Amino acid sequence: MSLNSSIPSGPMAMKWSKHKQDSKLINPKNKRKFTVLVVGSGLAGSSAAATLSELGYKVKCFCFQDSPRRAHSIAAQGGINAAKNYQNDGDSVHRLFYDTVKGGDFRARESNVHRLAEVSVNIIDQCVAQGVPFAREYGGMLANRSFGGAQVSRTFYARGQTGQQLLLGAYSALNKEIAAGGVQMYPRTEMLDVVTVDGHAKGIITRNLVTGKIESHAGDAVLLCTGGYGNVFYLSTNAMGCNVTATWRAHKKGAYFANPCYTQIHPTCIPVSGDYQSKLTLMSESLRNDGRIWVPKKAADIGKTPAQIPESDRDYFLERKYPSFGNLAPRDISSRTAKEVCDEGRGVGPGGRGVFLDFAEAIGQFGQKTIAERYGNLFAMYEKITGEDGYKQPMRIYPAVHYTMGGLWVDYNLMSNLPGLHVLGEANFSDHGANRLGASALMQGLADGYFVIPTTIANYLVHQKPGSVTTEHPEFKKALENCTAQTKRFLDIKGKRSVDSFHRELGLLVWDKCGMARDRAGLTEALKRIPELREEFHNNVLVPGSGNACNPELEKAGRVADFMEFAELLCLDALNREESCGGHFRNEHQYPDGEAKRDDENFSYSAAWGYSGDFAKPELNKEPLTFEEVHLAVRSYK
Amino acid sequence: MSQLNLHLKVWRQNAGQPGHFQDIEAPEIPDHASFLEMMDIVNDRLISNGQEPVAFDHDCREGICGMCSMQINGVPHGPEKATTTCQLHMRKFRTGDTIWVEPFRAKAFPVIKDLVVNRGAFDRIQQAGGFISVRTGAPQDANALPIGKVVADAAMDAAACIGCGACVAACKNASAMLFVSAKAGQLNVLPQGQPEKDRRTLGMVRQMDKEGFGNCTNQYECEAACPKEISVRWITKLNRDYAVAAVKEALGNSPKVAGGGD
Amino acid sequence: MSSVFDSLSRFYASSIGKKILVALTGLVMLGFVLGHMIGNLLIFAGKDAINEYGHLLQTALHGGGVWIARIGLLAAVVLHIVATIQLTKANRAARKDAYGKHKAQVSSKSSHIMIWSGLTILAFIIYPLLHFTVRVGNDYASYQTTLHGETVHDVYRMVIAGFSWAPASIFYLIAMALLCSHLSHGFSSLFQTLGISTDKTEPLFKKAGYAFAGLIFAGNATIVLSIWLFGYGR
Repeated sequence: MSLNSSIPSGPMAMKWSKHKQDSKLINPKNKRKFTVLVVGSGLAGSSAAATLSELGYKVKCFCFQDSPRRAHSIAAQGGINAAKNYQNDGDSVHRLFYDTVKGGDFRARESNVHRLAEVSVNIIDQCVAQGVPFAREYGGMLANRSFGGAQVSRTFYARGQTGQQLLLGAYSALNKEIAAGGVQMYPRTEMLDVVTVDGHAKGIITRNLVTGKIESHAGDAVLLCTGGYGNVFYLSTNAMGCNVTATWRAHKKGAYFANPCYTQIHPTCIPVSGDYQSKLTLMSESLRNDGRIWVPKKAADIGKTPAQIPESDRDYFLERKYPSFGNLAPRDISSRTAKEVCDEGRGVGPGGRGVFLDFAEAIGQFGQKTIAERYGNLFAMYEKITGEDGYKQPMRIYPAVHYTMGGLWVDYNLMSNLPGLHVLGEANFSDHGANRLGASALMQGLADGYFVIPTTIANYLVHQKPGSVTTEHPEFKKALENCTAQTKRFLDIKGKRSVDSFHRELGLLVWDKCGMARDRAGLTEALKRIPELREEFHNNVLVPGSGNACNPELEKAGRVADFMEFAELLCLDALNREESCGGHFRNEHQYPDGEAKRDDENFSYSAAWGYSGDFAKPELNKEPLTFEEVHLAVRSYK
Repeated sequence: MSQLNLHLKVWRQNAGQPGHFQDIEAPEIPDHASFLEMMDIVNDRLISNGQEPVAFDHDCREGICGMCSMQINGVPHGPEKATTTCQLHMRKFRTGDTIWVEPFRAKAFPVIKDLVVNRGAFDRIQQAGGFISVRTGAPQDANALPIGKVVADAAMDAAACIGCGACVAACKNASAMLFVSAKAGQLNVLPQGQPEKDRRTLGMVRQMDKEGFGNCTNQYECEAACPKEISVRWITKLNRDYAVAAVKEALGNSPKVAGGGD
Repeated sequence: MSSVFDSLSRFYASSIGKKILVALTGLVMLGFVLGHMIGNLLIFAGKDAINEYGHLLQTALHGGGVWIARIGLLAAVVLHIVATIQLTKANRAARKDAYGKHKAQVSSKSSHIMIWSGLTILAFIIYPLLHFTVRVGNDYASYQTTLHGETVHDVYRMVIAGFSWAPASIFYLIAMALLCSHLSHGFSSLFQTLGISTDKTEPLFKKAGYAFAGLIFAGNATIVLSIWLFGYGR
């Protein structure tokens, strides 16, 4: 099947304006007849549900959490980018666009990125009007900061909880529409399947997580706003409930999954302390501004306390390898290098998976008071989790999975190749290419929900007869039976191992073979072991309780089953992409200095995988990437 | 790293049925584990013994989503100040300790299962006015409305609320005043929130009453339990805003304000 | 008119509305308690001073003043009590199931027994009313004296006689202790409920509340103890 990305013609800067002009309109009277199903209530889902309801569509919104306000967008700390140029430092829509394309290592679709940069300014206006308490200057104007190495200050922030504040803004808009009767909200409800009728997405199957009831919902279009798949690694900075189920089940119904191998690793997380560990916590990267990163030179010294290791026996490996950037080397490089020294047996802390982040020199130079002013909350967070005082002894850090750039393939209208199925936010693949810049995730979620889908969805709906499919359709019955049967199957296995034990094993395997650095041998081995593990899972998992009540183990079983299948596609995509770019690093493809070696000649495309029924042999569709505005260049940090 | 041997008294309940405390022995718990990881370990053992694991709410495990609850030794989120259950670590306990683990108890938070409660009442209170009515695409430029840093910071203080319900759980009256006051207060201090201030205040307070929460007797247990340290001064403000709105409603011009009783 | 009434009844029906009423009626009673104590302290200024005060209260507005005050106070007491009982019932209902273990972190003991200290105080209010105002079971009504040539009720003698009897004094002291407890939470609490407290004034209100409670206790106890134990006026 050929991929039609529906990119409007014309000059880059005019595409979105032109597309808005050319987009179809639906008569206000008719809008009320259309039902849109929105799955997920994070930034993308809440903003889309609220805005579509404002326009007059009937909306049903679903989330697995107990309240839409708890979606994992809430955990974003840093900020949100917008090309407002309030600082008069030379920012513009074009510069934000350029930075994002380059930051994505030239693996994103230019037209989508440009649109993202354009609407970024509207997002800030919208959020301020909703009462989002962004940081301000004394004069009452909005404050900005520079983030993630950007050369302009374009990041808006609300203390360390920008994600929560933006989500609460979108949630308040959603509440307004729920109160007005335009949105019907289904909390504690998980999507189990997409229902397709004549090749169009016309509904979903859900499970009520309180009563266990499996239900059908019909609609004229389906929006998946279900986030990323970082929890395939088990340990990540994602929330425990984050899962691939919605996008994966849609994939199995025909939607293409694009670039799953683009996963982002964050270098400054608190390391794993034991095998009971359930999640990893991120600390702001800003710590690297003053902290020095090191490990012992000799593996024999890892058991010593840092104080026992003299200066001459310490290896400040980032400063040694990247003298000009030192401890501020980019995320992926810092992460990979930390992994390397740990692989050499020089890692510190439990399990040997950690490197020191040492503030002794900075404290000596500026005093503890200054360091506390800069990073006090982070030192407190570190102390809470590890019980160690970062002022007295070096912190320990290790990289962790943070964000996933891949996702379901969508066209310029954010519609997948499955007509009617639209995908927003982290769940789609479109805007970040192979690597996401800091403070861009929040921007994309809200851009898709507030400003893109409300315009583009009409291009699909205008050709549909509203309410033409109901849950009486045989496809709904079939899907419902399948989901019921699968739920029952999990309960009937009655094996010996808990769901978590499988998830943990899968995560370790995928992290080891398809984590920060990948190679052919490791990926091949993972592709052999994942099906074995999946097989064992389906024969030996133990899910207690019943399907007719609140049963968290059953919920997890369904999600892990999907991760077991998805993991294979992730490794396959990583194996297929014989280059290194952004968050995807293949050991075979690097410059002698360890820099990622992109192969624009052969891999300047998005890999959109189609489900073939056989996990080992998905169908590869390529969307070629062309760059009209931003010229291909090598990313260099020497 | 050392290990702890603990005795747990955990509340077990199925929706609509009476509950009871179950004594669970929890030996060899790593002191580096978080409280929820301790519960994971306990559950893993229950599962392998063919018993039903303890159901509890949790999600982000980094103290921001507000999903985790649990009354631990009689205090919401346990004994540490400004800490959610997911941020509480076992090194704060001693081997041999008996730990009581209960759901957040309130009539307005019915138990779904074990430690899982339904906090939908909070959503409904928000729907009764916890928003600024602005359509997407309608607003002016963000900097067209200057907001002093002091006001913006105050709004941010209130906005830090994660909606976990610890305030309700800690209050002897199961009052939701700290939550409602923070939510209404964030918008009531901002200039954007002024046009709907009275309507919001009346609507949210009336919905709060309707949900069956108790009322505030000014003991400030809520503030002590709040993982985000929301100040009870927001309750002062809500009392004031409510009085003004109610007097205006009673004696001011028609049309009557909308809200909970519209 | 009826819409005003509707709104008022809605105000009363709401939790905050009732609390504001409790605070306002509490404020009225605070004034009474203070005035009552100051008046009674006149006993130390001599027989004529307190008798004059008593006479003034009786004759103000041609005898109507005392009734206005009584009715006003009665209304405040009734509203205060009815609203707090309703609030307490609602609060009990809001926490249907008790915790197996519950630990208060910051609240005072006094704040937990407000309804009980309040109801006990009510019982003790009724006693002195019967004792000194209605004068049941005694002949205080017949105590007369001459003031500026006029025959007036001898309040001085009545108070001395009343507190010379140990059970009355003990009752009175217990009531004062509970009132003190009630005020220690109630005083600062009313500023919070009326929406006046700020971060800066709250600690002052708290201290003022303790000082006020202490003052009321000390003032009233001094009268009782002076008469009962030290034979003042006998």
